[in-house]
Amino acid sequence: MNRFLSLFLTSVLPPLLFFALLVLLWHLGVVLFDIKPFLLPGPLRVARAIADHFPALLYATGLTGLGALSGFLLSFAAGFLIALLFSQSRIIARSLYPYAIFLQTVPVVAIAPLIILWIGHGFQGVVAVSFIISLFPIIANTTSGLTSIDPNLLDLFAMNNASRWQVVRKLRIPSAVPAMFTGAKISSGLSVIGAIVGEFFAGYGTDDFGLGYLIILTNGQAKTDYLFACILFCTLLGLAVFTSISLLSNFLLVRWNGGED
Amino acid sequence: MTPLENQPSPLVVARRLGKRFANDIEALLGVDLDIPGGEFVSIVGPSGCGKSTLLRLIAGLIPLSSGDLTVDQLPPVEARRQRQELAYVFQEATLLPWRTVAGNVLLPLELRNQRDPAFVDQILELVGLADFARAYPSQLSGGMRMRVSIARALVTRPDLLLLDEPFGALDEITRQRLNEELLRLWEEERWTGIFVTHNVYEAVFLSQRVLVMSPRPGRLIADIAVPFAHPRDPDLRTAPEFNRIAAEVSHQLLSSHIS
Repeated sequence: MNRFLSLFLTSVLPPLLFFALLVLLWHLGVVLFDIKPFLLPGPLRVARAIADHFPALLYATGLTGLGALSGFLLSFAAGFLIALLFSQSRIIARSLYPYAIFLQTVPVVAIAPLIILWIGHGFQGVVAVSFIISLFPIIANTTSGLTSIDPNLLDLFAMNNASRWQVVRKLRIPSAVPAMFTGAKISSGLSVIGAIVGEFFAGYGTDDFGLGYLIILTNGQAKTDYLFACILFCTLLGLAVFTSISLLSNFLLVRWNGGED
Repeated sequence: MTPLENQPSPLVVARRLGKRFANDIEALLGVDLDIPGGEFVSIVGPSGCGKSTLLRLIAGLIPLSSGDLTVDQLPPVEARRQRQELAYVFQEATLLPWRTVAGNVLLPLELRNQRDPAFVDQILELVGLADFARAYPSQLSGGMRMRVSIARALVTRPDLLLLDEPFGALDEITRQRLNEELLRLWEEERWTGIFVTHNVYEAVFLSQRVLVMSPRPGRLIADIAVPFAHPRDPDLRTAPEFNRIAAEVSHQLLSSHIS
């Protein structure tokens, strides 16, 4: 119990206090300088906007989260298979890797309209943008995990006349698990960004919108307090996704990292 | 058939064996070697003399550059593929961190599509790790990890066990204890052992024969018999005759170093 208390005092309380200070300064700034609410609404207005639109915000967050999660899972599966292919053939890896890097370097915002054009509006378009933006970190990290194997372990498997498939299944894939989680952590955050960007262009329908669409909508109507609420929920969504992956990784990687059982 | 051919030929035979790496480093040159089945031989030499290279050639892990090398009258790679009775213990324990001790020891059997958990337990008992079967490598000391590594080699019931400086990273007390355990294991099973080390006392204590290698390019420059009977007692280390042989091995090592 004491451990939790000291953990709370040292690592939870300070950022909370800083947050409270920041909100206070924000509030004082808005009041003192008499800033127009459509430019910068104070924290109270934002809180009211959250309360007024809570069901819509929650629904939008869920929808965006679902799009991000789908994009992330697809990119994880596809990225894993591509990395597996890369690890098995140097020729394929050399020929295709530059195109994988293209995924990383091309601004997704620039190609998102094109993707929507091809894939179509609605959920599938959002998932496609999220998928493309989160694919590269999975490919890069998993490939590196599958190929940087302790040479002694490869010799050990050779001494036991292990087949190529046995080396993949019993050595390469388990060795790559920590690197896969590193990629997943990066991609999980990106998948949320991808879903929001996708929604900027795709949306879902007139009555059905995620956070990205809501941002465009509230911005257009100069409902800046509502816009702030949307941004807050985007941040919380990204945080939730990243935290779940981190916790899952810490939980599953105990053996790889040499912790207690 | 001449009578000579009826004699069992040595398990490992090398003639004028040479190894040159792609970067033009001449690791071994003109190595002649005969190791009869059931013998425990140590190879000592200065660091970087090609001891490990010789072991990896015998294991069939790297191709030779010149000369001949056979294991049980077959090229090493063939011997490894056909007989499957070759095991290698590396300088580091080289365990899979995601597997328990028992899982690590079971691995060679798994790769052969054999499952024999009872035998795994028996081997773990033999190396004194029965209570740690469910522990993970990260929970073990360096000496215990090396025991797991040896157990993993023994689980295949090898004819030929190649040991590449397995105790080099351990402290002196642990090293001596593991030397005694390895000796006991050999005395019980009598597999053929080739043990690479740069520790003279370890080599003399364990072996029936100590081969001394020159600095690179490695050649065998001395072949010193260690005629003590088995089972050997740990107190052997303090016997005058033991120290005389160790002194001779050291002398050969140093003479090669100066020249």
